[in-house]
Amino acid sequence: MLRRLLKDFRWGLLPVPGRLIALIFFVALFIFPLIVQTTYPVRVLTIANIFVIFAVSWDLLSGYTGQVNFGHALFFGVGAYTVALLNKYFGLQPWATIPIGTVVAALVGVVTCIPALRLRGPYLSLLTMAFPIMLVYIVMAFKDVTGGEYGIGGIPRLASTPTQEYYICLAAMTASVFIMYKLTDARSSLVRTGLIFHAIREDEIAARATGINTIRYKILAFAIGGLFAGLAGVLYTHVLRATGPSSLALTMSFQAIIWVVFGGIVSIYGAVVGVYTLYPFVELLRRTLIGRYRLLVMAVIVILILLFMPEGVAVWIRDKIERECPRCKLTNAAWRRECRACSAPLR
Amino acid sequence: MLELIIVLTLVTGGVYALLAIGFSLIFGNARVINLAHTAFFMAAAYGMWYFMRQLGLGVIESIVITVLAVTILGLLAYWFLINRIREHHAAVLLMTVALALVFQEIFLGIFSSRYRTIPSLIPGYSEIFGIRVLNQHLLSLGIVAVVIVVVWLILTKTKLGIAIRATAQDAEVANLMGISVPRTLLMTMGIATALAAIAAVVVAPLWVVYPYMWNAPLVMILVIVVLGGLGSTKGSIIGAFIVALVEVLVGTLMPSGAYLKFMFAMLVMIIVLVVRPGGLFGIVFEEERL
Repeated sequence: MLRRLLKDFRWGLLPVPGRLIALIFFVALFIFPLIVQTTYPVRVLTIANIFVIFAVSWDLLSGYTGQVNFGHALFFGVGAYTVALLNKYFGLQPWATIPIGTVVAALVGVVTCIPALRLRGPYLSLLTMAFPIMLVYIVMAFKDVTGGEYGIGGIPRLASTPTQEYYICLAAMTASVFIMYKLTDARSSLVRTGLIFHAIREDEIAARATGINTIRYKILAFAIGGLFAGLAGVLYTHVLRATGPSSLALTMSFQAIIWVVFGGIVSIYGAVVGVYTLYPFVELLRRTLIGRYRLLVMAVIVILILLFMPEGVAVWIRDKIERECPRCKLTNAAWRRECRACSAPLR
Repeated sequence: MLELIIVLTLVTGGVYALLAIGFSLIFGNARVINLAHTAFFMAAAYGMWYFMRQLGLGVIESIVITVLAVTILGLLAYWFLINRIREHHAAVLLMTVALALVFQEIFLGIFSSRYRTIPSLIPGYSEIFGIRVLNQHLLSLGIVAVVIVVVWLILTKTKLGIAIRATAQDAEVANLMGISVPRTLLMTMGIATALAAIAAVVVAPLWVVYPYMWNAPLVMILVIVVLGGLGSTKGSIIGAFIVALVEVLVGTLMPSGAYLKFMFAMLVMIIVLVVRPGGLFGIVFEEERL
């Protein structure tokens, strides 16, 4: 077992720069609170961990399955409000609210996809955009229950210290990203969902013609997307100890899209890179002179990325440092002259 | 009360109609859902305010400069930002939202978030059938009616209009018939933005001008074009007046529930999308050829 891991590390990880960078990055994340003792950066990265779950779940639903959802904050907000209401009215603690909130968000995912199954392309985007906006008005209409625009506060902490919260969120993020990575892996021999999601995005009719029940898999994609976005919302509420209509706002939905598009759509690592680059960057901007214009900076970044790097930053960098062997399809570092396995010339 | 409802419905509906026609023209032709459409509307409203109140220009000059400037802005935005990524609808949606946010933040930065007002273009009121109507309302109605007729004539009678409708039907065949599709799309974008600018000119003295004013009309326009059928000009006009009537009724009969109008509007949109995705006068787009 150990020998096999070592072999994987030696031959599967070290020669591929992308995987090496990912490993170093994850190790850095795990030791980060041990090095940096101040609360603020740890807190920023805690929230970044949560948003990674949110962004990757959007990528799974919209990038991989092609159901472009412009109201992903719906699941996030439903998770957040479920936790807040359960805690306020029933006094439930995190160990109970986290699973309930997550499951409720997944159920909402299933319910929203019932009308969404009939639509495609821009119509689907418009429909999904409408749901969180409506829910915001419902929240506003029942002010005495939901607290209106002030939201609900006084929710218990996830753990007693920020460092513990950081590790809980990091663990949740690692597990969620790993699960979603496996679910969307088209080459996987364990689960077929990755391949089927790709097929649905590329050509739904052809997928149906080959005998795939596309309806069932679309519902599954919505449920998984809702589940993980809900988990993100639940954790976010417990970390901030409050929730409000901003968790349902259009900006929340668009933030997820911006992160994923920045990093690279239809790639799990792209979403991860997008959040860990943009979120701390914007938090830094908040403290500088141009903090007032951080939305403008974000918007300009999006425009530039869409124009000049439509595949995303992470994918762009990966293409620069890695090259696929033309003969055996093995990934090599871009600076090698010949493939590391079959020694076919790379250029 | 009743006359107020009628007048307000006509004015609001007219403005929505101008916006929705532009929105559905550019959707029908370029398959671009331009979420920045009302941002151009806002830019024109700010232009009117700036030229009239800050620079003290006359009404006519302000209108001409504003409409021209905003149209050019729209053309530039289309050519440099939207046209390159036109094929990917998610990218276009994101791009136009980012563009709208850029507008919002720029106006917020330059003019601050204060509410600005513009004086009536013609002051006073006149009496029609014993009802007092503000001259500004009459002027707005007149401009809206003239512009809608002009657009209709352009679309049906001129070569450009025929090219636009042909491109909307089938861009590939239109190209084979010798119509320059990119140029037609650019012209369509020009007309659409000009309509948004005219709508702003008409309504700026009646509404307040502030950096978030693009949000509410955008929601209403999405509802209108879905209700009337995305890409249908006739549907946009009729949908605009229906939605305006609902909005004015909600606004006058239950002033406390003003924000509920968006919820009703959204509900209408969801129901229409699910029951009849083509809308009332829907054009069902065939699957695009690959």
